[in-house]
Amino acid sequence: MNTLANNIPINYYLILSGILFCIGVMGVLMRRNAIIILMCIELMLNAVNLLLAAFSVMHNDAGGQVMVFFIMAVAAAEVAVGLSILVLIYRNVKSVDINILNRLKW
Amino acid sequence: MYVVNKNFVPQINMNHLSQTISFSQSGIGMACIAIILTPLLGFLINGLFNKKLSTSLVGIIACAAIIIPFVLSCYLFTAIPEEGITVHLFDWINVGNLHLDMSFLVDHLSLVMLLVITGVGSLIHIYSVGYMHHDEDYPRYMSYLNLFVFFMLLLVLGSNYVVMFAGWEGVGLCSYFLIGFWFKNNEYNNAAKKAFVMNRIGDLGFLLGLFLLFQKFGSLSYHEIFGAAPAVLNGNATVTAICFLLFVGAMGKSAQIPLYTWLPDAMAGPTPVSALIHAATMVTAGIYMIVRSNILFQLAPSASEFIAIIGTLTALFAATIGLKQTDIKKVLAYSTVSQLGYMFAALGVGAYDSGMFHVVTHAFFKALLFLCAGSVIHAMSGAQDIRSMGGLKKYLPITHLTFLIGVLAISGVPGFAGFFSKDEILSKVYASGHFVLFILLAITSVLTAVYMFRLYWLTFHGKFRGTHDQQHHLHESPTSMTFPLMVLAVLSIVGGYMGMPEWLSEHHLFSSFLHPVTGSAPHIHASHTFEMVVLAVSIIALVLIAYTTYTQYVTKHVVPEDDNQLKGVPKLLTNKYYIDELYENAITKPLNSISAFMYNFVEKYIIDGAVNGTGWLTTNSGVLLKQLQTGNVGFYVFAMVIGICLMLLKLLF
Repeated sequence: MNTLANNIPINYYLILSGILFCIGVMGVLMRRNAIIILMCIELMLNAVNLLLAAFSVMHNDAGGQVMVFFIMAVAAAEVAVGLSILVLIYRNVKSVDINILNRLKW
Repeated sequence: MYVVNKNFVPQINMNHLSQTISFSQSGIGMACIAIILTPLLGFLINGLFNKKLSTSLVGIIACAAIIIPFVLSCYLFTAIPEEGITVHLFDWINVGNLHLDMSFLVDHLSLVMLLVITGVGSLIHIYSVGYMHHDEDYPRYMSYLNLFVFFMLLLVLGSNYVVMFAGWEGVGLCSYFLIGFWFKNNEYNNAAKKAFVMNRIGDLGFLLGLFLLFQKFGSLSYHEIFGAAPAVLNGNATVTAICFLLFVGAMGKSAQIPLYTWLPDAMAGPTPVSALIHAATMVTAGIYMIVRSNILFQLAPSASEFIAIIGTLTALFAATIGLKQTDIKKVLAYSTVSQLGYMFAALGVGAYDSGMFHVVTHAFFKALLFLCAGSVIHAMSGAQDIRSMGGLKKYLPITHLTFLIGVLAISGVPGFAGFFSKDEILSKVYASGHFVLFILLAITSVLTAVYMFRLYWLTFHGKFRGTHDQQHHLHESPTSMTFPLMVLAVLSIVGGYMGMPEWLSEHHLFSSFLHPVTGSAPHIHASHTFEMVVLAVSIIALVLIAYTTYTQYVTKHVVPEDDNQLKGVPKLLTNKYYIDELYENAITKPLNSISAFMYNFVEKYIIDGAVNGTGWLTTNSGVLLKQLQTGNVGFYVFAMVIGICLMLLKLLF
């Protein structure tokens, strides 16, 4: 089996995935818009997914790809719940700025 | 004269062990179970349905529940072989190497107790019907009496120490119920609690003794313990410890120094209860237990010596207190303590059959005296102070005559029951070489006659000293009360003839009847001349006592003074040597102040402090930590990322 994926060394995947993950982390940390934060979380998840798929091919083991499907399913559910929460928040406070959402505390 | 053999080992004839039968196997087994269960049934019926039953039906059920066992006991008396029979009901406890059966041993010793309990018990039940039927709680009273009889039968019939202990605790409980029967009077409640607590102290000793027995023998059944005892325990210090602990149990139940103070207070209960529980049966449980364990006590000469000394001291001590009491029941109560001391003195010197003999005769005449006292109190509308009595002879002829017989019996007048048993104890104590104890017991005997005659003259002779209303009310008791008096009076006379001294009859019926149980104890031979000297001296002493007390209390009309006018020794005696006050100050008050300290300091500051401190710490650490919860999602995420980074770093290095 000599596909494109096999020809790219694993390091490239690692670096790409690391970059994507860091972008996601930085996005979560620095942005104030809750929707963007949600997207950044997706980005982190997908960075991990990419890595899992890459290692799965490298080791010729389907387990990694199965895991990816799991993560995708969970992420889809999470986004559904997260977005509906955000919709409700927006209806109440007319904003999705997380700095405004600081009333959920003692 | 008898010489103590120091290296004596009791010989147990293993062929004499009784056979075990199942309860349904024969008439004996059925009778034995019926004896035990009938009083329980009576208790259940009267206790559960007392609202629905008429007063007369309650009385009939309660009396039937004890008369049936009495009849069956008489049947057993004729049917039981010499070595006894064990009736197996069911396996009770079977855990690890502890195997206990609910089974009953019917041998000559338990038969004696059985006949006393059911016989005297029947008479007292009949008497109670007359004495108590006006009481609003009459059914409750009768059901308690039945329950007491059930536990007492369990105590004497059990074939192992645990069944005995169950009965032992049960009679203590019933004693508590009945002392505090009139629970609306707080003093009576306190008396009941005192009896219960004092008994608990003794029970603890008993229980520890049982633990030691189990540790040594791996069993608690009489057969196994007594069969193995000479081999396992001879020359072993443990046997002394076991016997000592068992005797502590007996001290509590049978009111010996230092645990005797509950018995006089127990007179708070109805008078028939005093007769049944606190004179005839329950208080002799300690004596029964020691006679039952006589194989063990024979192996522990120092413990036996201790028992003899405690018994003698109690006898003397209580008799001196009895000299100055003015409550008719208190005099009899101290007399009971004193007579129990006699019995223990007999057990201590190894005269187990004499001790049991005195148990039986004492049950007759002391129950009689108490029931007479009840009849007097009934006639006096509840008054118990002998200073307000006097001259009751002509108002209560039957009570007077029967009381006189009781007095003659307890004083040891020749021909009456007390004479035979008491002189037997005296001569055996002397013959076993305890000269000092003999002198003390002889003095006690004299004192007994003094306070009993004093009680008799003050109550029944002279002029009536009560109020006019009381005099108007004086009447002889109904037949249901006088009938038991007459039966007991007859028993107080003839009861002694089953144990006639050797110089009168070759055959001591009672002693030979008990021989299968106590036969391994060495026989104590008293010299016949000595017994006759004792007899002659006692007759002279009794005549003198009767005469001097008569001149004192009847001719000269001396009435005991008010308690607060007394000085010196009489004051000391009236106040019972201040033993109650001593216990109050030496034990109760320190305990109370320790409790107060525990409450005011330990409970309030240390325990509450720890509990409240935990709460305070949680609240305040929460107050501090809640500062972290800003509500700012960015901050949370930032903290999370920092945390994850730290975990990664930890993973790497």
